[in-house]
Amino acid sequence: MNTLLEIRELRIEARNAQGWTEIVRGVDLTLNRGEILGLIGESGAGKSTLGLAAMGHVKPGCRVSGGSIRFDGHELAGAKPALLRRLHGRRIAYVAQSSAAAFNPAWRLIAQYCEGPVRHRLMPRRQAEAEAVELYREMRLPDPDRFGARYPHQVSGGQLQRAMTAMALSCHPDLIVFDEPTTALDVTTQIEVLAAIREVVRRHDAAAIYITHDLAVVAQMADRVKVLLKGEEVEEAATRRMLAHPREDYTRSLWAVRNFQPAPRAEQARPEPILRIENVTASYGTHPVLKQVSIDVPRARTVAVVGESGSGKSTTARVVMGLLPPTGGGVVFDGQPLDPVCRNRPRALQRRVQMIHQMADTALNPRHRIREILGRPLEFFLGLRGRRKEARIRDLLAEIELEPGSFIDRLPGELSGGQKQRLCIARALAAEPELIICDEVTSALDQLVAEGILRLLDRLQRDMGLSYLFITHDLATVRSIADEVVVMQNGAVVEQGPKESMFRPPHHPYTEKLLSSVPEMDPDWLSRVLAQREAAKETA
Amino acid sequence: MILKLALRRLAIGVLTLLIVSALIFWAVELLPGDIASEVLGQSATPETLAAFREAHKLNDPAMTRYLRWLAGALSGDLGLSLANQRPIAELIGQRAANTFFLAAYAAAIAVPLAVGLGLLAALHRGSFLDRFISSSTLAVISFPEFFVAYILILVFSTWLGWFPSLATVSPAMGLGTRLYMTFLPALTMVLIVMAHMMRMTRAAIVNLLALPYIEMAQLKGLRRWRVIAVHALPNAVAPIVTVIALNLAYLIVGVVLVEVVFVYPGLGQLLVDSVAKRDVTVVQAACLIFAGTYILLNLIADVLGIVSNPRLLHPR
Amino acid sequence: MLRTLKAAPLSAKIGMLLIALYAFVAIFAPLIAPYPEAGIAGARYLPWAAPHWLGTDALGRDVLSRLIYGARNTVGIALLTTILAFVLGATLGLLAATLGGWFDTFSARLVDVLMAIPSLIFALLILTISGTSAMALVLVIAVLDSTRVYRLSRAVAQDILTMDYIEVARMRGEGLGWIVRREVLPNAGAPLTAEFGLRFCFVFLFISALSFLGLGLQPPTADWGSMVRESAKLIAFANFASWQAATFGLAPLLPAGAIALLTVAVNLVVDWILHLSSGLKE
Repeated sequence: MNTLLEIRELRIEARNAQGWTEIVRGVDLTLNRGEILGLIGESGAGKSTLGLAAMGHVKPGCRVSGGSIRFDGHELAGAKPALLRRLHGRRIAYVAQSSAAAFNPAWRLIAQYCEGPVRHRLMPRRQAEAEAVELYREMRLPDPDRFGARYPHQVSGGQLQRAMTAMALSCHPDLIVFDEPTTALDVTTQIEVLAAIREVVRRHDAAAIYITHDLAVVAQMADRVKVLLKGEEVEEAATRRMLAHPREDYTRSLWAVRNFQPAPRAEQARPEPILRIENVTASYGTHPVLKQVSIDVPRARTVAVVGESGSGKSTTARVVMGLLPPTGGGVVFDGQPLDPVCRNRPRALQRRVQMIHQMADTALNPRHRIREILGRPLEFFLGLRGRRKEARIRDLLAEIELEPGSFIDRLPGELSGGQKQRLCIARALAAEPELIICDEVTSALDQLVAEGILRLLDRLQRDMGLSYLFITHDLATVRSIADEVVVMQNGAVVEQGPKESMFRPPHHPYTEKLLSSVPEMDPDWLSRVLAQREAAKETA
Repeated sequence: MILKLALRRLAIGVLTLLIVSALIFWAVELLPGDIASEVLGQSATPETLAAFREAHKLNDPAMTRYLRWLAGALSGDLGLSLANQRPIAELIGQRAANTFFLAAYAAAIAVPLAVGLGLLAALHRGSFLDRFISSSTLAVISFPEFFVAYILILVFSTWLGWFPSLATVSPAMGLGTRLYMTFLPALTMVLIVMAHMMRMTRAAIVNLLALPYIEMAQLKGLRRWRVIAVHALPNAVAPIVTVIALNLAYLIVGVVLVEVVFVYPGLGQLLVDSVAKRDVTVVQAACLIFAGTYILLNLIADVLGIVSNPRLLHPR
Repeated sequence: MLRTLKAAPLSAKIGMLLIALYAFVAIFAPLIAPYPEAGIAGARYLPWAAPHWLGTDALGRDVLSRLIYGARNTVGIALLTTILAFVLGATLGLLAATLGGWFDTFSARLVDVLMAIPSLIFALLILTISGTSAMALVLVIAVLDSTRVYRLSRAVAQDILTMDYIEVARMRGEGLGWIVRREVLPNAGAPLTAEFGLRFCFVFLFISALSFLGLGLQPPTADWGSMVRESAKLIAFANFASWQAATFGLAPLLPAGAIALLTVAVNLVVDWILHLSSGLKE
């Protein structure tokens, strides 16, 4: 085999207030020519740092403190800038997470493409431009002949990410580092970008390091997968082996949410709806965001609202909570119409509907202690004071599995991400609600923590008969927790019904597209879906 | 799109100027008593008061007088001084020229120096120059203008005797002599705005260099000068222009104090004297010139910022 | 609280020490000053020697005593003005951000216009009309300066108001007062404290500048800005033959230096507070 990159015992430190902390702790990595290696791990695993280190680059404020990085006979750890400059772009290229930020806003796309090959004296400008158009065509960008004449802000996120991959290929490099290239994209866009990246990387016979937190994505792209945790390697194996027989428990936990199954409940007829959203239309200024949205939430059930960014799912939540008065239609709770503005709703009514936000960080006042965060709704809605309030706060903390004695006087800054989200749940529970609106409550969390939150919500639903309106973009979460599913697109409901029938064909075309775009833990998934879509196009 | 934004900003600027001119005019209307008795003092008889009012058209409605004043100001006729009955345009002409000369002199030294040094400090963060700039800024923003001025006088004039402590100029003076005579006031103003300008330039560039597309340019294997010249600078134009314009605006106002210290025959000195004499019409005229220049410079900064923004330059 | 103070960097400690010293001098001025504020204590233009350690001025008043009383007058009036500007600006700014609507739009536009006028020029115009009295000075500067406080507190409050925890409070049905007092203010504390320091420096320099121009505090009140003005001419008589003759050159620099030193001290503390509050956000 022909080894291209060999990293041995690599250690990288980052500077913080206390001094230097190790963020990559002795990792080995070997990559052969033409091979694609997936790097996977949760936030803070050190995967991006390792990916950049493969280029001999460390972020400002970090340093390589040990080990070696050998790229095709060159030592990159502590290499001279002149050597790195010769290799960067020319032989090792980089594709960043946010293409919108990684393109210079002042120059046309094609000028930024040509900069590499022309400055490395590989070809004249005219040839570079011709090759750019060819690559744009290969990547299925619209109007490839004129695409490069646009400025970065003039094209969509998915197109920009493909343009950056094209730019990375401009010098025909031996190695490309992809740093979460599809994380910021919606699923239906992601699949197009994934397909384009995989095709061109294989065609140009480049080696690649593909960094992501999504195992299903990496399964489509990589030949081998390396799992990282807190700067150390957990395990490494060929992709198919890893998916079929993960060696470590940690690896298995990476698909925890997908495997989460709520406790079975006795099947009953569909209960009466506790919440009815009736023909709601809403707009921000003159821009319409909701069109005739009608959703019913049955008592003690979970209704999941799915859709991509801009579909209006979060706006629906804001209308229900009385934060955005609708321009038409209304919301009925337990038979009583709700006032469009939350301030005008009777306190007793508002108490029964609570909401949990996506970002627990911003949903908790950093200056309030837990005692106050939970105490205020108890006081406000239930009129509890003194010892009874204190006892109830302790009950709530026990309910969300935080030890009351050690947590009650903490500030939110002293909690982990998962603990903060639990605290938000407790705050909602303090009001003793009947309906809780969960707005992407697990999206910002790592898989294992997210699973814990879903488990907690499920238990609370069983114990207290809560109803959930669960807003999410993640179909895996929907699959595991929903009783009914509502699919939204561009501010309108596309399709709705019980989960069982929603995940079974026939689908509405958009639901079909959405469902088929969610990567699966099957290395053949992407090829299969693309073949199916191709076939569908031909019959149509 | 871009034209619309720039025009909108321009319209707001003109509107602001108009409101400010009105404020300057109407503020005087609030004067307790009236201008006539204020000027003529207690010895005035009803007849002389009436004659004065007639001569200065004080009996017209305030709105008419405002419009007349504004129209006059636009055509260069600023009315008569209350104190000595001379045309204000005559009083102000040479002095305004002196003031703008001094401000331009200081700007010509300060702007290239500050932007250059700020750029250097940003590119070599943590270097001696960088640390010197951050510590000197604190000193200079804390020092009153006259403190800086008197230190310079003490050192360069009284002790070393290199430069005159009084900036006396006359219209007949040649440019060389004039530059020599006004060196200390110019230097004072340079020192006052320099630190600020350097710090702001440095901050703008440091922010820019932390952006992902600069790292991307580096990772494309480009030379350092190319990363700076091609990728950083075109995007730095707007922030740097803003920094310069803001500091020039500050300089125009700061000139008032410096003129008084060096007894320089400029507009600022005249303004301060007229305030003491309560020569309302002269104060109005001087305020209008200062405020107008200040607003204009801020306006230019904003418009240049809009025009150099690539997102606005090439709309979707 | 005490622990935070102990952990402060040396620069901030120096700053706090200096501020404490100024405060002490200002409060106990009559007890410390060897001679009265405005009384003639000896011959004119005495050099630096006992009993007039910093000499006497053009009227034969003791310079050291006037410097000590100056701390009381100049700092006191600057502090009063800043507090006034702060109460006005912060109240309006917080209200505008929280209420929104026409009040917000109107006040923001008004402040835009006021800020488009250079404040020194505006102050000169107003002082022409009102005449120079301490009262007019305080009011004029407080109003002008409150525009900057308004801008900052409005921006800070708007930042906080976009946070989800405010939305949570709104959904709960909390009143305006509770939201401002319990949710917004605790988070606005650090930036507003820092701003108070910066505004004080600005106002202090501004009043000194006006006094220096002869339009601020009027004689015979001892005030650092006017002292610079009164002794400015002496600088020309300084010669470096003997150190006592050289002190003439220092006459305007002493009060000016007193001004500069206090501003430096406040800035040192402000830097530390800003650093602390930026650390809290992470």
